[in-house]
This record gives sequence, C-alpha cells and structure tokens, in this order.
Amino acid sequence: MTRTVKRAPMLELKNVHARAGDAVILKGIDLTVRAGEVHAVMGPNGSGKSTLANVLAGRPSVEVTEGQVLFDGTDLTTLAPEQRALEGIFLAFQYPVEIPGVSNTYFLKAALNARRVHRGDQELDAMEFLELVREKMKLVEMEEKFMSRSVNEGFSGGEKKRNEILQMAILEPRLSILDETDSGLDIDALRIVASGVNALRGPERSMLVITHYQRLLDYIVPDFVHVLAEGRIVRSGGKELAQELEKKGYGWLEVEPKTLGAVAR
Amino acid sequence: MSALDTAREHYLERFGAFEAGLASEPPWLGALRARAIAAFAERGLPSTRMEEWHYTNVAALAALHCEAPPRGAPVSREQLESLAFPLFACSLYAFVDGRFEPALSAPLTFPGGSRVDSLAALRAGAAERVEPYLGRLVDVKSHPFAALNTAFLDDGAVVHAPRGSHAEQPVHVVFLSTSQPVPRVVHPRLLIVAEVGSRVTVIQDHVTLGEGPGFTNAVSEVWAGADSEVNLILVQRESDAHFHTSNLQVIAQRAARLHASTLTLGGALVRNDAEVLLSEEGAECTLNGLFVGGGDQVLDNHTLIDHAVPHCTSRELYKGVLGGRARGVFRGRVIVRPDAQKTNASQSNPNLLLSSSAEMNTKPQLEIYADDVKCSHGTSIGQIDLEALFYLRSRGLDEARARDLLTRGFALEVLESLPVPALGAGLDDVLVERLRALRPQESQR
Repeated sequence: MTRTVKRAPMLELKNVHARAGDAVILKGIDLTVRAGEVHAVMGPNGSGKSTLANVLAGRPSVEVTEGQVLFDGTDLTTLAPEQRALEGIFLAFQYPVEIPGVSNTYFLKAALNARRVHRGDQELDAMEFLELVREKMKLVEMEEKFMSRSVNEGFSGGEKKRNEILQMAILEPRLSILDETDSGLDIDALRIVASGVNALRGPERSMLVITHYQRLLDYIVPDFVHVLAEGRIVRSGGKELAQELEKKGYGWLEVEPKTLGAVAR
Repeated sequence: MSALDTAREHYLERFGAFEAGLASEPPWLGALRARAIAAFAERGLPSTRMEEWHYTNVAALAALHCEAPPRGAPVSREQLESLAFPLFACSLYAFVDGRFEPALSAPLTFPGGSRVDSLAALRAGAAERVEPYLGRLVDVKSHPFAALNTAFLDDGAVVHAPRGSHAEQPVHVVFLSTSQPVPRVVHPRLLIVAEVGSRVTVIQDHVTLGEGPGFTNAVSEVWAGADSEVNLILVQRESDAHFHTSNLQVIAQRAARLHASTLTLGGALVRNDAEVLLSEEGAECTLNGLFVGGGDQVLDNHTLIDHAVPHCTSRELYKGVLGGRARGVFRGRVIVRPDAQKTNASQSNPNLLLSSSAEMNTKPQLEIYADDVKCSHGTSIGQIDLEALFYLRSRGLDEARARDLLTRGFALEVLESLPVPALGAGLDDVLVERLRALRPQESQR
C-alpha cells in the first residue's frame, strides 16, 4: 500500500479554549501535527504550555470550553485519559509522580499489556517483558535496580525524567508530548533523555516537545516551532525560530502587538 | 432489657450448662473460670458509654444470641486447605469450630523441640504445663470479651519454644468457623511461651466456611522470654457476616524482640485489643496493623504499649483502608512510666478513605511520665492522590485498576514488614481480592 505524501493530520486543534479551575488558560489554539513530525512548543512561564499538554492527555482538572481536539479525526475530549493512552497518546510529565508500593516493573508491565490487549496483541509474559525492558533501559542508561523500586520513589530529578522516557520507549506511543522534560536536567542527563527520544522518532510517530529553553532543541531537532503567549500561538516557523528566540528572548513577541498599537495611535 | 443485658443473661445461662458438662479439672483452672465469669457477670457486654468502646457498638453482636457449636462439623481436608491457601505453607494446626482436628492437621517436628499442643489435650492430661502462663496476662476485669473467652475456655493452641530453640518454619494455626442456621460462638485461645533465647513464628489465621453470621472471640497470650524473638501474625479474613473480637496480651522480658501484626481483611465487626508490656530493659516491640473494610463493616483496633522500664523500643504502624460506609477506629496508647528513661517509641496511623461515607476515628494517646525519651506519633486521614491517579491512567490503566493499585500500594507497607516474606506475598493476593470487592459498583468491570 502506498501513502500519499501529504498525510491526513494525526492531531488537529481548532480554536481550542481551555480552563483550569477558574482561570482561562488557552484562548484559541490552532495546531496541526502530521505523522512523523516533531513540533516544539515554546513560550514563557504561564503562557499555557502545560495546559496544552494536559488538554491532550486528558487531565481531569483541565476543561476544554470551546473548539475541537481531534486525534485521527475523532474528538479526544470525549475520551478518558486511559483511553487516550490506549490510542497511543503519551505525556511525559513535567513532575513525574512518586507512587509508593507500586513497583516500576509491575506498573510498566500492566501499562504495556493494557496497550497490547487494546491493539489485539498477546500480552507479554514476565520473561518477554524483562527482555524488552533490558533493551530499552540501555537506551536511557538506567540501571536494572530501578525496576524493582517503587515508581519514581526516591528517584532524583534526572532519574525521574529518564524513567518517563523509558516508559515512552516501552509503550511506543504514536503521539508523545514532552512537558518540559528538560527542566532540572544537567547536560549529561539532557543528552541521555534526548537520545532516548530521538531513538523513537519515525515516520509513524509524532512528538510535541514543550520547553521553555531552546537548549533541548539542539538535541531534539524539531520540524516546526510554535511560540505560545497568553494562551495563543503567536508565531510559528521552522527550527530557526527557536534560535531567534534564544537570541532575543520572549520579550519582543509580547511587546510587538503593543508597539504596533502605539504606532497606530 | 437492653440487647446488652439480654446477651449477658444469655451467656451467663449458657455458662451454667457449660460448667455442668465439664470434666473435673484442676482447682486453679476452675478458679480462673470463676474469676472470669464473675467479672463478666458484673460488667456484661461493653456499652458505648465506656470510653474504650465509645465508637464501637456491639448491640448487633449482642443480638445474635450465639450458641456453642455442635461437635464435629464435617469439613474436608480439601475445604480446609482451600481456605488456608495461600497462607498454607508448611505446618498446619487446624481448629474447626474451636476444637483441634488432628485429622485435618499437618503437624511438623520442629528442631530444638518446639512443640504445638492442643489446649484441650493439655487440660485433660498435663495442665501443669500451662498453669504458670494461662490467663495470667489478661485482665478479665477490664476486657469483657476476654472474660467471656476465659470463662468458656476449652481448646486452642499452645506453642512452646524451649530455651535456645530456633523454629525456622512458621507455625500455622487455622481457626475455622463453619456457619450454621443458629449463629455459633467459639472462644479460641492461643498461648505462646518462648523461653530464653528461643525464636518462634506463629500465624494465627481465622477463616470461615459459609456466609452466615457467627462470632469468634479469641484471646492470645504471649510470653516472650529474655533474648527471645517472637513473631505473631494475626490474620482475620472471615466472612462479612462474622463478628470477631480478639485480645492479644504480650509480656516482653529482657532484650526480647516481638513483632506482632494484625491484618483485618474481613468480618462484620472486628474489635482487636493488643497490649504489650515491655517489662525488662532492652525489650523491643513492633506492633503493626492493616485493616481493610467496606460495606457496613466496623473495624476497631485498640493498642497499648507499656514502657515499664528504661531502654525499651517500640514501633507501631497501623494503616486503614475504608470504603463504602465502613467505619474504622484506632486508639493507640503508649505509656512511658516514670522510670522508663531512654525509651524510644514511635507510632503512626495513616488512613485512606475510598468513599465519602466511610469514617475513621483515630486517637493517638501518648502518656509520658519520664523526661529523657524519644517519642513520636503521627496520624492522617486522606484520600486517593489525584495526581497519582491521573499519572497511572495516563499510562493506560483504567480508573478502577489505578485506584486498586494505589490502594494496594498504600497497604503494602504493612505486608512488606511481615517477618515471613512468603506470607506477605500470599496475603497480597488476599488483599487484592479484598480491594476488588470494595470497588464501588459503578466502576466495576
């Protein structure tokens, strides 16, 4: 079977408004992501980057009030977080949660097998799973002892982020959302995390890389860069936009409309 | 007449018949019974006006008017083993409706001469072996149900670890209650005597066959001799119609180490009293508990650790998980006597509520009369962590499963602290099953 060059969008956001609690955070987002593409979303603190990630992953405290969120053409907002995960959406958390009493192995195996069953595949048995985990752990340079520990409990910041990428590598999501995965990482950890992410790139997989800094994008080179400010995408472009932001900061983007207003006056 | 008064009359009357049917027994045992029934006659069943029973109303239990079970209810080995599984490990001492059943038991020869006997057998032939210990730790005046147990004392397990003996295999004692058209009461008794330097592990396992109402009223006495190590795991996994009261009394002598866990995974109303006396220097105790309930269950744990002398250590962790309209009670008294300097005592009671109509009453009570001590306590009542729940769901686990995992994770700390790791793993299965039963109906799959 051949595919057309211009594929149907995997993810489409149309005029998405969303709020978290009483605060309106997203005020009309339009975004299209096709299979194989890596999109970076940048923006200053409070611009709505994490809310965008949560809209996609289905965090219960975030509510879409207007617009459409389509994944393979179906409305995501009607799906529970777990259903989205089973359809192939993965959110790498900015702050991975510690879960006492639940071993990493148990958790990952349960998550993987839930996804496999959903796809109509056989569940992996303990041996097959162990083999897969060992292979993927190399990718993020994690030691095997982490598997018997409780999920993220007592992990350092870097270990938590690597654990997120390990989960991503094992679950093989179609759309990965990385929410400030670079925050709190030193340069070595950043390199490890980025190489783990890059190993997952492929024509069928898409990524939304949310970051405050351009630094991560030296390692995970995006196809598109979007700049978010005050709940809207104010600028889109290629990877060079990230470099421009690095040089000029976010100030010029926010100032610009006001400057224009001043000129008009 | 209130339900409590009627029940008192009922049990006093039954005691008359029971006593008349007793074979002759040594005078000290008769005196023990007499003291116990007198104490019961005076106080009757406890009312909620008593501070110790403020949150736990036993009217429903009193209204049952239980009878003594008939002899020899037919229970097959397969039935017993399926109930005892997955805890069933090596040795098995089976008590059916309160009576030892040699045919259903699989005793073990312990190295160093530890022995397990039926109390009924000892009463008949070698009562002098239990005389120095039996009934000497429990105060029947302040524990009405223990008074009732002592008055009706009949059978039970006597575990004796001689000086220096190390029993590596746990002693698994199963108390099985069969449910019958008329509710039955049994008064199981456990006596552990660990002599100087001995080591022994006992699993006291309560199960039911059938779903009808019944009542188990247990008393356990533990003598932990100098330098001994005693592990006791009390497992309560009876049907949701079964009532259970248990009273554990421990004395820990010089440098003795006691590890006692109470795991409540069933029952309509369960009341546990666990009291440890650290009577000589260097004694240590770990007193842990896990109670998991739903529906209309009432699960009550009252503990008392008495630091009577200096240089003793106690650690206490009780965790509660309550769903439905279940109610939990924890009252943890720790007494540090004026002389008990250098006491190290910690107590913790975290609780997890799974529904808005579940209720937990917790009361840490540290009474410290010495000034050079290290004592801490903490208690909390919380709900499932929503951030953790979202995290698990975002990986593809449905909400019910994610909740179960988090709840199990919360409870696991107590199981992982058990001195018998294989038992923790076996009980984990029991716990998982229990949690599945606690799920709200709408989220069941």
